[in-house]
Amino acid sequence: MATVPKFDQVKVGDPIKPIVLPPISRHQLALYCGGSGDHNPIHVDLDFAKKFGFKDVFAHGMLSMGFLGRLVTSYAPRDRIRKLGTRFTSITWVGDVITLNGKVTGKREENGEKLIDLEVRCTNQNGQDTLQGHATVAAA
Amino acid sequence: MQLDKKVIGHEFKAFSTTVEAGRVKLFCKAIGEEDPVYVDESAAKAAGYRALPVPPTFLQAITNDDPEKGGLLKLLNVDIGLILHGEQHYDYFAPVFVGDKITCQQKVVDMYDKKGGALWFVVSETSMKDQAGKLVAKATGITVVRNPDAAKK
Repeated sequence: MATVPKFDQVKVGDPIKPIVLPPISRHQLALYCGGSGDHNPIHVDLDFAKKFGFKDVFAHGMLSMGFLGRLVTSYAPRDRIRKLGTRFTSITWVGDVITLNGKVTGKREENGEKLIDLEVRCTNQNGQDTLQGHATVAAA
Repeated sequence: MQLDKKVIGHEFKAFSTTVEAGRVKLFCKAIGEEDPVYVDESAAKAAGYRALPVPPTFLQAITNDDPEKGGLLKLLNVDIGLILHGEQHYDYFAPVFVGDKITCQQKVVDMYDKKGGALWFVVSETSMKDQAGKLVAKATGITVVRNPDAAKK
């Protein structure tokens, strides 16, 4: 479990330990459909996806953002997360192998809190970013 | 079809939902989150939490409990197969726990188009308050809509 980062010891450019995920499976998309309450059939029903011009079903953007949440909470405990945001930059397909990585981009104090800004991203097996995100955590 | 900017400022009906442990457990399984702090009360207590906290993006599962889900699609009069998620941002003011009753209020705050009207971008904000009325989070989402006319090509 993550410990609270110590502000004085954190340096801009420090990497977050990457996480390599197992390939995205159809089963995982079904689980996320139920767990998230996002019942858009485009992620689980191949016939539906094809009707709208897609070659296959594809992962919910928010599933990948959940991965970013995992990365950030591996760096700092849940109650230290102040912001998490992302752009969804390309589609994540079934079978894609996603790596989560990030680094410290800034340190600042705001409202009496010592904050660390992070850049976080999901990158597929071709080196293409599927999500480009950012987070802010409160340090000690 | 044209983008109807009149919907900017539209407020959806607020709703409340209670965070359930089983749902959090399934959510964790789906995203591959194995930290026991979200599912094991003794682990949560040991970490200093009053109850089981929820993962950062579980807030989406809360907002998806809207009994009038799909309101944005109805408002825009577009099919669910034409939308993509452009951006999502969360501001966290306090952790949310299993058992909390969260009230969500969503409103449309901006709309614009790109690529000569082929893509619409709809920005909405959702405030999330707990049972004590305290603001615990703000969710800002950008939904991308493929213009039905452009998508037909």
